[in-house]
Amino acid sequence: MRARVHVTLKRGVLDPQGKAIGNALKSLGFSGVGDVRQGKYIELEIDETDATRARARVGEMCEKLLANTVIEDYQIDLDQ
Amino acid sequence: MKSAVIVFPGSNCDRDMQVALARITGTPPVMVWHRETDLPRVDLIAVPGGFSYGDYLRSGAMAAHSPAMTEVRKRAAAGVAVLGVCNGFQILTEAGLLPGVLMRNASLRFICRDVYLRVEDSRAPFTTRYRTGQVIRIPIAHADGNFFADAETLKRIEGEGQVAFRYCDPNGEVTAAANPNGSLGNIAGIRNRAGNVLGMMPHPERLADQLLSGIDGRAMFEGLSEALG
Repeated sequence: MRARVHVTLKRGVLDPQGKAIGNALKSLGFSGVGDVRQGKYIELEIDETDATRARARVGEMCEKLLANTVIEDYQIDLDQ
Repeated sequence: MKSAVIVFPGSNCDRDMQVALARITGTPPVMVWHRETDLPRVDLIAVPGGFSYGDYLRSGAMAAHSPAMTEVRKRAAAGVAVLGVCNGFQILTEAGLLPGVLMRNASLRFICRDVYLRVEDSRAPFTTRYRTGQVIRIPIAHADGNFFADAETLKRIEGEGQVAFRYCDPNGEVTAAANPNGSLGNIAGIRNRAGNVLGMMPHPERLADQLLSGIDGRAMFEGLSEALG
């Protein structure tokens, strides 16, 4: 099974990189772009067929390593 | 005083730490490769600066789970002094030994220059040779030194006097202009609640020899040597 993990900064945590991306877009002439937040995308191949167990396992990985929950949230999507 | 320096793939301040500890405490530290599961009996464990694991994922994230760090966690819980400098500070926060996190500098730039720090207190074992309110000059060299903690944690850190160093101007004024990286409260270094674990972004080991144009970092190692025998 493939797990797709998005790690993003929590609301309220300043994101200077996102801000710089937003400014770069503006200077390239893309108008109408509001707040920009950047994050990480991690794709994992795991030997698990049960979605509940897979989600629990990947959740544990996120808590322990993939995300720093002091500043980051994570979202797990599974491809069956 | 006996000490150990943990060496990770990508550490690059381990030798500076080794030299500072050997010269100032009189006893060369044991250099411990991160794969080691057995630490020698020491009074101080130093987690040095550098780019452990190439800063992959997040600065310090991989190193925090190294076998040696499991031992460091146990020793810290038993009261052994642990000093983390720069990447070492990042590793200690990722390992849960210190609160908060070091985010990307607000300027998004790598900053390498001397900064002024105000010593917040002269508590043993780390700052006993400094005076409370003393202004010292120490170099920084980092891209991820922007200290952040949620409001509640920050309140606790401040309330319990866990802040050891703050970025300041040459007169000791803690101003926004003197903050190089956007750290909350101009925080440059903090202790754990028990006071035996200290993490700081500036490098005291880089300014501990007159040949390097200053010795403001020296007092940290002298103080440790005095406090830990």
